This record gives sequence, C-alpha cells and structure tokens, in this order.
Amino acid sequence: MAHSPNGNTWSKPAAMAIPKEGYHKLENGRYGPLYPRTPANHGFTIIAKVQKGREQAVREYGKTIEGAIAGTPDALAVLKLHYLRWVLFEIEGATYFMYQGIFDTDFDKYTEDAVALFNSLGVNTVFENLEGFPKDWKTNAPAFIKFLRDHQRPSFLEYGEYPYVTADEIKKALRLKEKFSEMLDQMQ
Amino acid sequence: MLELDDIQHILLTRAPAMTGRYEFLSFKDASAGRTWLEEIRGKVHSAASARASVEADRRWITVAFTWNGLRALGLDETSLATFPEEFRQGMVARSTMLGDTGECHPDKWVGGLASSDLHAIVILFARDEPERARCQTEHERLLARCEGVTVLSTLDLQATPPFDYAHDHFGYRDRMSQPFIEGSGDESTPGSGAPLKPGEFILGYPDENGPPFGLPQPDVLARNGSFMAYRRLEEHLGKFRDFLNQHGKTAEERELIAAKLMGRWRSGAPLVLAPERDDPALAADPKRSNDFNYRTQDPHGYAVPLGSHIRRMNPRDTGANMNRRRMIRRGATYGPHLPEDAPDDGAERGIAAFVICASLIRQFEFAQNVWINDRNFHELGNERDPIIGTQDGTLEFKIPRRPIRRTITGLPAFTTVRGGAYFFLPGLKALAWLAGNGRGTES
Repeated sequence: MAHSPNGNTWSKPAAMAIPKEGYHKLENGRYGPLYPRTPANHGFTIIAKVQKGREQAVREYGKTIEGAIAGTPDALAVLKLHYLRWVLFEIEGATYFMYQGIFDTDFDKYTEDAVALFNSLGVNTVFENLEGFPKDWKTNAPAFIKFLRDHQRPSFLEYGEYPYVTADEIKKALRLKEKFSEMLDQMQ
Repeated sequence: MLELDDIQHILLTRAPAMTGRYEFLSFKDASAGRTWLEEIRGKVHSAASARASVEADRRWITVAFTWNGLRALGLDETSLATFPEEFRQGMVARSTMLGDTGECHPDKWVGGLASSDLHAIVILFARDEPERARCQTEHERLLARCEGVTVLSTLDLQATPPFDYAHDHFGYRDRMSQPFIEGSGDESTPGSGAPLKPGEFILGYPDENGPPFGLPQPDVLARNGSFMAYRRLEEHLGKFRDFLNQHGKTAEERELIAAKLMGRWRSGAPLVLAPERDDPALAADPKRSNDFNYRTQDPHGYAVPLGSHIRRMNPRDTGANMNRRRMIRRGATYGPHLPEDAPDDGAERGIAAFVICASLIRQFEFAQNVWINDRNFHELGNERDPIIGTQDGTLEFKIPRRPIRRTITGLPAFTTVRGGAYFFLPGLKALAWLAGNGRGTES
C-alpha cells in the first residue's frame, strides 16, 4: 500500500490494513521490529493483566496524571503525543489495563526517553500493579522496554481523517489561524 | 573516586600525537592471544600514567577486543553471555539499523573489519613519524614471537595540514565539544554542561540514572572498562568541494554553505554566536567557542539549520534526556592531504574515529539511528545528517532564512563508511586477567 509521509496527503482520508505481525516488512530498530507510520501516525496499544485487587490503585493514577499535567502542561512534550487513552476492562473476572498512545515518533527511537520521562513523572509505578512487570524496572530499562514490547498488540487497521499530520503541524496551523484572525481584527 | 591508574588513557586523555597506526588482529587460539596480550599490556598507559608523563612520552597504546576476540582469548561462555546484546551481535549484525546500507554496507568494508575473525585492535598514537616507524617495527617483532596472532589489516593515521589545530580533510576544526566527566580532574568549559556521572562512560561507576546496572562479569571486567564503536569514514573531498562550488558563487558563499552543513564555520566558530561571518578568534577561545544553546538563541535554525551536523549530534537544550546520550570521541585523520586547488586524486582519505560510551545501544546506536539517520529528526521530513548520514542522492538539506528557506535537493554522500566494529576496552587489571594472570590456564 502506498503511504507517503511527505506531500499533501492530509486532505485525503486514508486507511491502512496491517499484517498480523504488525508490520509490512521486517525492519529492526535498536530494540526489535519497527512498526510502520500509518495514516493514524505512530502509536501503541499495550494490554496487560492487572494484579488481583489492584484495579482501584490503577484507576487512581488517572487523577495523579491529571494533576501532573495541570501543574506542568509540557511534561509529556518529548513524546510528541496526540492522544493517550487508559482503559480498564474485565475478561472472565480478571481486570486488564489498556494503554493506548498515538504519537508522531517511532517508539523504538525514543524508548529510553519515554522510560526516563515515565520515571520522572511516576507514571511507571502504575505498571507495578500489572502482572509480569519487572520488579527491577527502576534500574533495568531494557527489561521495562521488553515488557512494553511483549505486551504491545499491533493494530490490523488504522485510519486517518487527515492522514500523516503531526501534532506540531496541527498546532502550527491553529497558531497561524489565530494570528490571521487577530490580523483581520486589527484591519477593522 | 575514579581509579585513574586502572582506566585506559584513551578514555580520559588526548595524546599530543601527530601520527598513529591501528592494527586489527586475529587470534588463532587462546594461548597465542594471551601471549601477545601479556607482552603488550605493559605498554598500555593508564589515564594516571599518561597524565604524569605526557611531556616525555612519545607514544600511547590502547588495546581493545571484539566479543569474538574475548571468546578467542578463552573467556568462558558464562562470562561472554553477560556482555550486552548489541556488543555480542557486533556492528555488522546491527548495520541496517545503523544506516550502513548501499555503499556503506559491510559487504563493501575493507581491512577484514566485517569478518568474525576480527578479534582485537591495538591503537598507536605517536608524537611523530620516526616514533610511529619504531613502534611499528617493535610490534612486528612482538608478533613474530606470537605464532597464531595475525594482522588482518592496518591503517596509518596522520594529522592533515595546516597543523596548528586539529581538523578533518574537509577543513572543519575538530574537538570543539566534549563531555565533562565528574571526578576526572578535567576543567569544564562554558557551554559544556554540568559534569556527567562517570558511569556514562566508564563501567562500574554510578551513571545519570543511579547505580550501574548489567555490567559484564566477573567483577574484574565490570570496572574501569568501556565500550568503543570504531568507524572508518572516507571523506570524498572532491565531491565536497564540487558541491560548495555548485551552490556558492563566491568564496564567502561557499564558506557559508560549508558552515551551514556543519553548524560551525570551518574555523570552528559556532554559527549561533557568529551567524554572518567567520570569527577565528572566537573559534580559538575555548571559553567562548562552545558557550551557546538553541532553544532561546536560535529556535528556528536561522543561524544553525535544524538538520546541520552539530545540531543533530548535540541538540543541547532542544534534546530530551541529553545526559544519557553523550559520548567521548577519539581518533585521527588518515590518507594524503589534498591541497585546496588540486583536483581529486582518487586516493582514500578520511577519519578513523572511536566513539566511547558505557552503553552502545543507548549512546552510540541512538546517535547513529536517530540523530544522524532519522529522516524526520526535528520534523525535517526528508533529511539525514549532511556530513555523516546515509545519503543516496534523494534527500535534501534545508537552510532556514527569511522570508523563505533555501532547500538544497539531491544531497550527495560526502562520506562513506569503509569499516567498523564494536570493541570492549578493558581496564588495566582486566587486561592482566584476560592475559591469563590470576585465573589459571582454563579455556
């Protein structure tokens, strides 16, 4: 499937079907296979089982992160995010945690930066409530990265109404619109 | 406290050498390798001894091993398995991710560097030509005594004129920005950042994340060593000069294009501080030449293009997690000097450099994979490092300026990787241990 990140592709909605492996052609980054940039940009969906009785602890992190971002709005800027979604759901009496992120960078490239950021914000501690999370994650970044990769569930379809547009481009366009409106006001 | 008497000198000192020679070795069996190591290890300077006698010394030796080389020396499988995955795999296996494709592919490497028979490197830095020749002869004699140690290839190094400051064949001044290591005894220069924890570069010490983790075993290998990525990078000087002529009508314009590719004038003066014209006095003043940042001083890249070499290799205050990405660079130029007005003679010339860091995957490979070769670094879309990135003629280089930026398309490859390898740089006690001292003769 043709999918060019360059050129004026934003005006034409696009969808991409993705093979089971999560990529069209195996290409390795530093830590493992690279997943393609799709019309919905880069991203991941991490699904892991919550330790018994820890559901509320995970849920409470929602407030923690809300507070952290309110206090430091650019705290996550490094990750070039569009959206994060945290979801809890049940299967046969067990609780699962889904962490879905949509962003503009290839996760393999900025993995350590994300881990460092999670550490500094305390986001990682939410993972301590998940089954199979490495106990020595604070010092063992490779084990943390392996956990994320092992629990990543690649999409088999991704769609973008304005494909391949980055968050920075959106912010630039909105800033331009704002300045342009201001200019028109000044012309009255 | 750094154990300066156990750390190989190359990690912390820069020898005042004008020439040098690298020899790439292969061990037929463990005893041959150990015999050679036992004889040469006494000539390897520690950081402490190199500092103490730098004025009198005429040569400086460094010894390092590939993972295959450690195995060839008889290191047991349990210990071999404790080394980091990327080092065990070696540079050849990591080549696609590193961007070593096309003309840079390991199939085209020279000197046997892509071979699994590459076991060790011995690095000689010498004060002058006669000393290099003397050391070369002495090493030939040593090898003659060590049957089973063969030379895969060698590379002679020499500074390229003018000799009053270090620079590459393109003419860019080198050694402008080095990390400053806590406890090393070195003086920091303005703009070099806060001192970094030694564990970022030397195994066995706390790093920027805390206590060291995942060190090679046994303990003797876990302290005062480091990892080293070797890159032999041919510089296509004729192509570089043609490019400057093609895109600059006057000498001033050509110098500015050269400066934009690098982010510094060839003198070394940083474009952030000298955006309009060269300032050699600024370049020569270490208190000023590195004292700048990007976020407030040049956010849009009007002085230093976002994709220029120095802005990629050290994004300073515009990069995240910077303290965990720093590297020590050592090395020298090789090949004949090509005078400014001479046509390209077809000879190979370039730089043969070492990147030294505690974690190849987190430091060297990140720089290579992301800073140098990510086409979308800083949202540039279609660029790689203009000097050392993998270029196939399809990428561009954008020079921000008002009102509209200049875009140079079809950027040629000014450099080609001609070889490389990952080495483990043991401390002096570890060299003795690897030579067989203190562990019997088991293999």
